[in-house]
Amino acid sequence: MTKRRTLLTMAAALAGAALISSPSLAQKKYDPGASDTEIKIGNINPYSGPASAYGMIGKTIDAYFKKINAEGGVNGRKITFISYDDGYSPPKTVEQARKLVESDEVLLVFQSLGTPGNTAIQKYMNAKKVPQLFVATGATQFGNPKEYPWTMGWQPNYQSEGRIYAKYILDKHPNGKIGILYQNDDYGKDYVKGLKDGLGAKAASMIISELPYEVADPTVDSQIVALKAKGADVFFNVATPKFAAQAIRKAAEIGWKPLHLLNSVSGSVGSVLRPAGLEASKDLITTNYIKDATDPTWKDDAALKEWAAFMDKYFPDGDKTSSFTVYGYAVAQTLVQVLKQSGNELTRENIMKQAANLKNFELGVLLPGIKINSGPSDFYPIEQMQMQKFNGTSWELFGPVMSGEIGS
Amino acid sequence: MAVREDIAETAVAATPRFGGLTVPAWQRLITIAALLVALALPLFLKNFHVFQLTLVMIYSIAILGLNLLTGINGQFSLGHSAFYAIGAYTTAVLMDRFGVPYFLTLPAAGIVCLVAGFLFGLPALRLEGLYLALATFALAVATPQLLKLSIFEHWTGGVQGIVIIKPDAPFGLPLSQDRWLYYFTLAILVLMFAAAMRLVGSRTGRALKAIRDNPLAAKAMGVDTALYKSLAFGVSALYTGVAGSLGAIVVQFVAPDSFTFFLAVSFLVGLVVGGVGWIPGALIGGIFIMYIPNLAEQVSKGLAWAVYGVILILVIYVMPTGAAGFVRLVAGRLNRLMSSNR
Amino acid sequence: MELFLHQLLAGIATGGIYACMALAVVMIYQSIDHFNFAQGEMAMFSTYIAWQLLAWGFPYWIAFILTIVISFIGGVVIERGLFKPIRNAPVLSHIIVFIAMFSILNSLAGFTWEYTIKSFPSPFPAQPLFNNRLIGAHDLGMIAITLILLVLLYVLFRHTRLGLAMRAAAANPDSARLVGIRVGWMVALGWGLAAAIGAVAGMMIAPVVFLEPNMMLGILLYGLAGAVVGGLTSPVGAVLGGFAVGIVENLAGTFVPVVGKELKLTIALVLIVAVLMVKPSGLFGRAAVSRV
Repeated sequence: MTKRRTLLTMAAALAGAALISSPSLAQKKYDPGASDTEIKIGNINPYSGPASAYGMIGKTIDAYFKKINAEGGVNGRKITFISYDDGYSPPKTVEQARKLVESDEVLLVFQSLGTPGNTAIQKYMNAKKVPQLFVATGATQFGNPKEYPWTMGWQPNYQSEGRIYAKYILDKHPNGKIGILYQNDDYGKDYVKGLKDGLGAKAASMIISELPYEVADPTVDSQIVALKAKGADVFFNVATPKFAAQAIRKAAEIGWKPLHLLNSVSGSVGSVLRPAGLEASKDLITTNYIKDATDPTWKDDAALKEWAAFMDKYFPDGDKTSSFTVYGYAVAQTLVQVLKQSGNELTRENIMKQAANLKNFELGVLLPGIKINSGPSDFYPIEQMQMQKFNGTSWELFGPVMSGEIGS
Repeated sequence: MAVREDIAETAVAATPRFGGLTVPAWQRLITIAALLVALALPLFLKNFHVFQLTLVMIYSIAILGLNLLTGINGQFSLGHSAFYAIGAYTTAVLMDRFGVPYFLTLPAAGIVCLVAGFLFGLPALRLEGLYLALATFALAVATPQLLKLSIFEHWTGGVQGIVIIKPDAPFGLPLSQDRWLYYFTLAILVLMFAAAMRLVGSRTGRALKAIRDNPLAAKAMGVDTALYKSLAFGVSALYTGVAGSLGAIVVQFVAPDSFTFFLAVSFLVGLVVGGVGWIPGALIGGIFIMYIPNLAEQVSKGLAWAVYGVILILVIYVMPTGAAGFVRLVAGRLNRLMSSNR
Repeated sequence: MELFLHQLLAGIATGGIYACMALAVVMIYQSIDHFNFAQGEMAMFSTYIAWQLLAWGFPYWIAFILTIVISFIGGVVIERGLFKPIRNAPVLSHIIVFIAMFSILNSLAGFTWEYTIKSFPSPFPAQPLFNNRLIGAHDLGMIAITLILLVLLYVLFRHTRLGLAMRAAAANPDSARLVGIRVGWMVALGWGLAAAIGAVAGMMIAPVVFLEPNMMLGILLYGLAGAVVGGLTSPVGAVLGGFAVGIVENLAGTFVPVVGKELKLTIALVLIVAVLMVKPSGLFGRAAVSRV
């Protein structure tokens, strides 16, 4: 099964390479940041500050491009990856984005992380006509080709995921009393909005309590106690890894056993469920689109083995239990595909054109059946997810591959 | 935690003549030279560097505000990011929701912050040293949460913040947006610094310094300490608020995450590095908090903040009283050198 | 009513965290007469040392004691190496060095041990005591440890010559020097003790909040608040203040209408400032009388 898929992926990649190599061999066209020997790619990541856990993504991408360069680069060009720290502070993001575009003259900015930072630079990037490609956030506002033709997302957006849970609740617990814990920022609110939209008219009567927390809060114990006391029997856990783990553990500690829906941001077995306690995590439900390297289901998976070999060789200090390293690997692969498709026409316009021209592109580390698709009016490359339930040692996928497309 | 530094005054008093010129004459000369350089600089730099320099000036104004409070009046604040945020949001809301032109939002932001600072200064009167530090610290920590508050979301944009549009140069001047904003900020900066110099030299300034140096004696001499201390808070907030307002225009974006406690700490670092109580020090502080983190990042990405910390410690070791003390030292040496040559 | 009781107990549990940290704050205040903003990061770093020792296979209590010893030495070294040379610099310059320490420790910890959360073991049984579901065994254990520390500190400061000398050195260094107290070493000792208490606090807190480089950010603020409310000169006050902050925060989050859940931190802080307005030296602190 897995073998066949890898073959398919390879075949698709080969076919893609064959397709693009023939017509564009003729002339070479470059924008700033590209040449016969080099492609300059910019990136902004929080290597410091409260969101520094995400810095792992930037480091993984860097390592992946080293691998690509060691293997001869993309169409013979080496990738120069320039990654700056913004400490998750929007004014700093603006400064770093301007530095990348105006001083380093990169061809494109790739995977800039976080909703506030990306919002801060979105207008600038579009005015400068520099691709703001595959941003690392699931906010819906980054897939709007009409207004922002130079900005594109990558991962499934949070609202879609919220809708998937709503569908599930309506199906399985139509009379459930829903309690929500969410991080008080754009990410948390997007999830809550998706859930409410999905529940439709029933949202008001079904949701009995929504409690926010702040990133600076020491614990979320108080919120969990309150949700239990209010009598919630469906718990929607929209928290980042640390707080999600606290919530899982506290719920078990006080003997609260609701239907527990965990947002996919915190679905990692290694960095959330294991710290929280595997026993306490039993029966959790979440969705996912990417393989969890700590999940025993995939211990013989070819794509993850390839990833592990990459990690050993190019990023030995990297955390193999963190989902961020798989994420960074996958998104970097997607960019390499776009660069390959762009051939010798490395203009910013062509990059966007090719990014919006991913057809059934498959990555080994995504869940089986999940494909990357984009188009001139579809700037959400990954829109499919699958639900899964935790059995005490690993996630078990169930149900069909779903998409919670906005507006559907 | 009394803050007492009188570097600036002693620097002036200790060296009446200096290389043939009096100290005020030297100061004038340096100021004019600096201004000329500041005027010419953008013509030779890329837009991005102009943008960075504009940010330096904005931070300098904010640090100057803090300096008026801490250096001149002896009150301590870890919460100036709050006033910076209020200024930024006043401008953003006025521009975005009410279509007010950017230059008119500046005085509005200043006035709002003056009032906010004055009101905050009133209860803060009863707090001193550490307790004031904690109260302002609390203010800084609470600011992002207040900005996010759902009941204000209609105006503040909640967690999403507000994107604003960068102004073009007026009258069809052949300047890029960045260069125009640079000159605009420079004009405000000069105005604010001149006003600060005036204030420090005035009767009010002397009263403020008297409160810093000896509150009881000041009171005995008939200084209304409560009024002056609140006023100092208000004026200080006004400066920082204007800086915040300029910051919003230049960065084109405000969001709660822009105004965390970390910003207040940066201002404090800038203040101490520049020299507490020395007005021009604010410029040095602004340069420091703008460029040193970038420098640290170039040295080591993973350990950028460790490098930054080490640089900070070295700075304090070399110049325990900031650039102010350093300048005084150098000026003293030069003077001795010159007089021995004569 | 049941909700109230639950929140009260949850408040006491989190209050235990703050109380622990508040003690460390008071300790350093007793020896250097101001706050150490890097206190939380020092505690975090100590906890990582403990984690590393455990990962190398040391039994829990051995690692516990080793960490305390290492932290104590670390505290003394920091004072001797970093602060002694700038003894005469203004207070604000000291604060900048605290900030520098903060960023160095935070950055080093993240660099060495990554930013992903780690679980830290609790020495107490996982099963709740008396089969109650309201307050965990670890919470109770943490409170007990805090109280033990409190008693030790109380004895040290009230009933030993060393403690008296330390207090004298902090309160009035010049006079202390005149009566033959080695002020410099008293300060270094204070730093060592503060670091050791911080280490205990960190090892007690980490099982609750999980270990990561930024774990102390919020806790330090609440700990400071607790210490200030209780009075910076009184360990008992600091502990009670810590509990008070925890309880107020939890109750405010649950029972203040409209803005309560979004602003529980702010409400807690406003209350603290209000307390200070009425009683500037804290609930249990002694008012400082200065000679003119």
